[in-house]
Amino acid sequence: MTSIGTGYDLSNSVFSPDGRNFQVEYAQKAVENGPTTIGLRCKDGIILACEKLITSKLLVPGSNKRISTVDRHVGIATSGLVPDGKHFTNRAREEAISWRRNFKDSVPVSSLADRMGSYAQAYTLYSSVRPFGVTAILGGADDDGPALYMIEPSGMYWGYFGAATGKGRQAAKSEIEKLNLTDLTLLQGVKEAARIIYVAHDDNKDKEFEIEMTWITKDSQTATAAATGSRGMVWNGWVHEDVPRELLEEASREAKKAVEEDDDDEEEEPKTEKMDEDL
Amino acid sequence: MVSRTGNLTEDGIHVDMEHLKKGEVNLGTSIMAIEFDGGVILGADSRTTTGAYIANRVTDKLTQITDSVWCCRSGSAADTQAVADIVRYHLNLYETQNGHPPSVKTAASIFQEICYTNKDALTAGIIVAGVDRHHGGQVWNIPLGGSLHKSKYTIAGSGSSYIYGFCDSYWKDGMTKEEGMNFVKEALREAIKWDGSSGGVIRMCILRKGEKPERHLFLPDEDYASPVKSA
Repeated sequence: MTSIGTGYDLSNSVFSPDGRNFQVEYAQKAVENGPTTIGLRCKDGIILACEKLITSKLLVPGSNKRISTVDRHVGIATSGLVPDGKHFTNRAREEAISWRRNFKDSVPVSSLADRMGSYAQAYTLYSSVRPFGVTAILGGADDDGPALYMIEPSGMYWGYFGAATGKGRQAAKSEIEKLNLTDLTLLQGVKEAARIIYVAHDDNKDKEFEIEMTWITKDSQTATAAATGSRGMVWNGWVHEDVPRELLEEASREAKKAVEEDDDDEEEEPKTEKMDEDL
Repeated sequence: MVSRTGNLTEDGIHVDMEHLKKGEVNLGTSIMAIEFDGGVILGADSRTTTGAYIANRVTDKLTQITDSVWCCRSGSAADTQAVADIVRYHLNLYETQNGHPPSVKTAASIFQEICYTNKDALTAGIIVAGVDRHHGGQVWNIPLGGSLHKSKYTIAGSGSSYIYGFCDSYWKDGMTKEEGMNFVKEALREAIKWDGSSGGVIRMCILRKGEKPERHLFLPDEDYASPVKSA
């Protein structure tokens, strides 16, 4: 950032001479140090997962959630400044409710992503506000099936098969790219997501962490309401909920094991190379 | 002010059935819409009256709202035209903003919202019917108070009172297009026969997924025999 001190980074709504908005770029920096957060669009649903570093032994396990429900069929995971994420999520909830009021239907994920993209973008235009210090991964399902979007501080958003943000995003992305997400099921996805969070964690391995993971599924074991046709409870049958605890624990165990085995392999690798040289 | 929707006195609720303003144009009507195997069929008579005078004998009470959602209008011609125009505006906006056409349910719920919130000012009984990508053909009825009802077929307007029995007897699920057209035509023929406020030609509109709306016209001078495909 050679432009620091030139004055063009002090306000929104002021371009630098080479056409950049530094406030937005700083907001992106805030996200780059956030917790690794990923989203997978599987064949039969969406998985949202987040690495949560345990900052204090006094914290109750599972507290300080970073993934929340927006509407019954939509979830949002944020990485970056926690309060900004809360505000952003609440706005998404308002959008979803407003859609229900207007159209007596659950909001399509693409429309919600579009509204939230516009909302984030509006915070890059005025000198009286700053951009959101979060990247949000928005997952949901509608008549067109599961859909995944990632919304950045600039207001830019794309639809994804798999998305990653936060500190371990590079490692996570290269792992996600290896997956065949058009065929992957939710159950397989849970294990992959847990493994990816462990792999991406590698760099700061001495820190304790827990995995927060939710999914959007049509086969919920906990949702008891019926998907009704016309009036009453308007719901498309998809549910955003926590991944069942036993399933997540199993996935975490396997992920931890797989990553430890990988580490062992890596330690052995130099030896085999030397042997090759000897031959 | 005396309420248009009913006044409660010690001897019960009184509804002013002659609530039209002096000279107001009324659709004393027979309208209906049905689901059939491949979509929906909307049907209507064509009489528009101002009191005893027939203001228009070839009215088109079937009104297009989006590419694949139409409605049948009954009650005040002015009110229902205005409501249809407002809903059309909202649904056009919906399609451009969201990149996909609104569902029939969404269309019906916008009609309902307007009919319900303005119930004291409106005389509008509307049937919304159409097809959409995910749920195929649907028929929704919005009677005077602004409630919303989904059904396989629905009849409305002053002439509909005469054909409840007919429709109940002859209705069957999953009719073909020809069976459906015949059902609608024969029902409306009865309604026109018995209802003094219904008459003229029978108009129909057939909506099927991915196909253009198909209009038909049946003339009374041929005893509504042959369907004339109209534009």
